[in-house]
Amino acid sequence: MAIVAETNRFSKTSRTVLAWLVGLLFFFPIFWMILTSFKTDAVAVKPEFLFSFTPTLDNYINMTENYDYWRFAANSVITSVFATIFTLVVGIPSAYAMAFNPSRRTKDVLMWMLSTKMLPAAAVLYPMTFLTKNFLGIFDTHFLLILVLSLINLPIVVWMLFTYFKEIPREIIEAGKMDGVSTWGEVREILIPLAWGGIASTALLCFIFCWNEAYWTVRLTTTEAATLSKLIEGNRAPEGLFFGRLSAVSAAAVGPIIVLGWFCQKQLVQGLTFGAVK
Amino acid sequence: MGRIVLENVTKKFGDLEVIPPLNLTIEDGEFVVFVGPSGCGKSTLLRLIAGLEEVTSGRILIDGEDVTNIPPSKRGLAMVFQTYALYPHMSVRKNIAFPLRMAGMNEAEQNTRIEAAATALNLTDYLDRKPGQLSGGQRQRVAIGRAIVRDPTAFLFDEPLSNLDAALRVGMRLEISEMHKKLKTTMIYVTHDQVEAMTMADKIVVLQSGRVEQVGSPLDLYREPRNAFVAGFIGSPKMNFIDGEKAGTLGAHTIGVRPEHVQICPKGEGDVWQGKVGVAEHLGSDTFIHVHGIDGCDPMTVRAGGEVKINHGDTVYLSAQMDQIHKFDSEGHRVS
Repeated sequence: MAIVAETNRFSKTSRTVLAWLVGLLFFFPIFWMILTSFKTDAVAVKPEFLFSFTPTLDNYINMTENYDYWRFAANSVITSVFATIFTLVVGIPSAYAMAFNPSRRTKDVLMWMLSTKMLPAAAVLYPMTFLTKNFLGIFDTHFLLILVLSLINLPIVVWMLFTYFKEIPREIIEAGKMDGVSTWGEVREILIPLAWGGIASTALLCFIFCWNEAYWTVRLTTTEAATLSKLIEGNRAPEGLFFGRLSAVSAAAVGPIIVLGWFCQKQLVQGLTFGAVK
Repeated sequence: MGRIVLENVTKKFGDLEVIPPLNLTIEDGEFVVFVGPSGCGKSTLLRLIAGLEEVTSGRILIDGEDVTNIPPSKRGLAMVFQTYALYPHMSVRKNIAFPLRMAGMNEAEQNTRIEAAATALNLTDYLDRKPGQLSGGQRQRVAIGRAIVRDPTAFLFDEPLSNLDAALRVGMRLEISEMHKKLKTTMIYVTHDQVEAMTMADKIVVLQSGRVEQVGSPLDLYREPRNAFVAGFIGSPKMNFIDGEKAGTLGAHTIGVRPEHVQICPKGEGDVWQGKVGVAEHLGSDTFIHVHGIDGCDPMTVRAGGEVKINHGDTVYLSAQMDQIHKFDSEGHRVS
């Protein structure tokens, strides 16, 4: 018994140390970015001033005054919120149908949906740009971004919701049918209240994915619908790398999502483990 | 009213036929029990009547109306599930009110019915609790309450007592029986437990592999089972089946005799079998003795009095009431 206890204590300590090391390693770039955002561009590139420097807010002031930060931020909020709503509006009925009225092909449909995520985005870059710009005339619009972000996230959202809905006993839905509930009633009265936790964490993850998306938001916008990803990208391009300014822009872009994630940690963990901890 | 008729109803899952063509009539006000081993299709049959599964062919009529393609909610039936299937996010009151609310009933009428059901089912003190705060028996009462308030044409019970412990099961069995006597509504009850079937039913439907093996009152089935399957399924402990020479002398392939129709007797006084006592189960009121070493039937179960003095390894002589012997041919059909 004593030996077992010793081993456990040792492994617990070493695990704690390891966890902290890994955590710090992951956090360091963000920490470095936040530090850098308070430095001038000249100081930012010199390693000897890593910790010893005079902090300045110039980069942030410059960002809001000269780079129209708030417009980019508003675009990020608009596209992420509406894409999340649209994804759920389509995803909830789809997952409901597959979870409670499965056909012989349901598993295949789910696999097919997931397989669409395997297509390299770059492969359709040209047709997407060309068609949306010259054919449909929706290039650089909120509508286009909302549509693209929704479709990108739909497979993962349907999968997650499907997994949550599967955990609801079938009999409860059947009891609803016997009790005279309509299909919409089943969703509203039974499904959504019972899967509320799962739907919330799915929505949260979807929102984060939309917010962080950079490949399409950078390439399918110029000015009108450009999001914070585009703002970061834009600060990198014309005059070479300006670490201080770029760091301020980056910190301001990831800040909101980090704060949101911090407040919703529990929901996020639940979402990422696909309900396995329930 | 609640007369339910199944006409040539079949059900296939893919290529698997779980219910071959089946005809059955359930009269208004009857308490009918579907009984059979697991996988015999009894729950599927109930779900077909409920409308939760679609029939592959055939018709289902309720009070003369063809409901085959009508959704569950429009059939006027109420169902009680094995897992209770209560809405966990709603209080007991809201659970019971749910079907009424869905039917658009006004709140005053809803409350009158809820109060009446709660009083009848001893749920008055629990109306504001959530299902998670109730015991298994209370949950099943709520599920029954939710069914009663609708005043359905017929009640469907899908193994409602299987999740309860033995003592509660006996109590709930009585309550459901009393409820039937009071309401006089048609009830269809699915169980794998033949004791439930015998004690509750007006009419038992014995099923095997989706086929109706026999339909009849509990005592009809007990007295005159149509085949060896029904004979073995109805009655507890199980009927003893004896093959071989002894059966041959009585003109049958197999004979069956129930444990209560076999007696221990002194040697030479009409004894038919001789064997050694294996396990004796003392229940107080009865003793079930398992006797080994009998040709064609090992072990043979004998029901004896509660105070019988018997030990493991004793040699016993057994006789049977000859008028209580059931004869079956090589395919298990009854030979009269």
